Amino acid sequence: MSSKVATMRDAVADLVRDGDTVAIEGFTHLICFAAGHEIIRQRKRDLTLARMTPDVIYDQMVAGGVARKLIFSWLGNPGVGSLHAIRRRIEDHDPGPLEIEEYSHFGMVCRYVAGASNLPFFPIRSYFESDIPSVNPRIVPMRSPYDGEEVYVVPPLRPDVTVVHAQRADESGDAQIWGLLGCQKEAAFAADRVIVVCEEIVEEPVIRRDPNRTVIPGVVVDAVVEEPFACHPSFAQGYYDRDNPFYLEWDRIARDPETLETWLKEWVYDLSSHADYVEKWGAAHWDALRPGEALSGEVDYGRYA
Amino acid sequence: MSVTEDLGYSKSEIMIAASARGLAGARNCFVGVGLPNIVCNLAQRTVARDLQLVYESGVFGARPERLPLSIGDPTLATGATAITSMFELFAYYLQAGLIDVAFLGGAQIDRFGNLNTTVIGSYDAPKVRLPGSGGACEIAIHARQILVIMRQATRSFVEELDFRTSPGHSGDPAHDAARGWHGSGPTSVVTDLGTYGFDDASGQMTLVTMHPGVTLDDVRASMGWEVRVADDVGETPPPTDEELRLIREELDPSGVYTK
Repeated sequence: MSSKVATMRDAVADLVRDGDTVAIEGFTHLICFAAGHEIIRQRKRDLTLARMTPDVIYDQMVAGGVARKLIFSWLGNPGVGSLHAIRRRIEDHDPGPLEIEEYSHFGMVCRYVAGASNLPFFPIRSYFESDIPSVNPRIVPMRSPYDGEEVYVVPPLRPDVTVVHAQRADESGDAQIWGLLGCQKEAAFAADRVIVVCEEIVEEPVIRRDPNRTVIPGVVVDAVVEEPFACHPSFAQGYYDRDNPFYLEWDRIARDPETLETWLKEWVYDLSSHADYVEKWGAAHWDALRPGEALSGEVDYGRYA
Repeated sequence: MSVTEDLGYSKSEIMIAASARGLAGARNCFVGVGLPNIVCNLAQRTVARDLQLVYESGVFGARPERLPLSIGDPTLATGATAITSMFELFAYYLQAGLIDVAFLGGAQIDRFGNLNTTVIGSYDAPKVRLPGSGGACEIAIHARQILVIMRQATRSFVEELDFRTSPGHSGDPAHDAARGWHGSGPTSVVTDLGTYGFDDASGQMTLVTMHPGVTLDDVRASMGWEVRVADDVGETPPPTDEELRLIREELDPSGVYTK
């Protein structure tokens, strides 16, 4: 397989287009902030941003003016509180309205499953006696053709671009993830274009030694970007911890539009790449986020020559 | 309000202790972050030794070595029994009926245990945009028991919800029995003033105990409807020395959630 290795700048420039539906997935874990920052830096516009939990990254992207619409299932700063830039758009239309389309977690997951499986909809047992379907006409009740039982169906979600972060990948995009898996696999298979960002690019034999750990195969991947610490302030299991003080700090930053704008200028627009961001935080910051060791041990796949 | 520091424990601590006792004998528990997390960890050390901590982030059987700061904290992954995709967690564990008990909360609750985590005000022009469902809507439907922990106030214990995110009891037991859900609606609510169950006949929240020092007037003053009171309403047993020791020394030594 030929190399798909690219810089973040080139991957975003080539694969993310104005008006696209973009999913940067990762449930608390492996949220690729570096891709979000590059999208802000390149001033992409009119994006529909899909994510189960928009998190601080979409608050930053919405504040950066890249988004027209948000598709989500839980809109908050996990463990902290609100996403203030997004709330201003929704509550006060400041600086303009933001279209929203919301589901429950299971509904969002199954939208990706339908998209990845080439299905026209996916049935789930949820939304009964809830007001959610009344504000989202795409969540539709349906009777089972077999026994008449009522379910709700959700439509497929097929992002134009999905960005996932992995601990390691090879040059053709075979990506291995451990720790919380979220719905990255489903979001990647559902997408038209896929950017895999990783902490480390490894040789193909490293992937082949442990194929059970491969979550996304290179066959669905368009670009591979090596970008250490790309998930900060979220985390990469075994590489760095969640920077919880930053999540708390974001609450203060995002409450005030001017403070937020100043932050974007200092930490996104005025930097040319994520490498600058890593350098700006300084080595001591990264050392403090490094976890202790907890090795998995090894299994024997056996040799059948 | 009559609960004072003189009692030797905080409002959070009696909420945690009372909630943890509600988990006696439970096996598979869907945990939320914050108070529910401490509650479950306390229950695991006291009344529910076999409790499996399940997190919607895709963790079954977590053994956190530190207090998790979100439901996706890396400490939940290391040492867990299993990590699943979110599809598997919601489909095979929750929807299939493996979850015995789950914690939910909200900005608003009504007398039937319906919960609002979506908006205050109208949906199209909300006064406050809240996080939304997350997994709450399907958790309310599928977890066999729902425990609610909320501080009590008239703005949150309301006559009518602004939005029903997660269904509780309908008020009609025949309707509820015919739903065919694994879940049966909320089974208990623990507040900073007391504990509530739900009446079988009416599906209504019913005051079962008041915390030491709390009066019925305190309860009434912070509830948006005329509270239903059990005939034999009692006093919530205060946290034991051992419960307080576990909370303060092991579970939340820096008092993030309990002060």
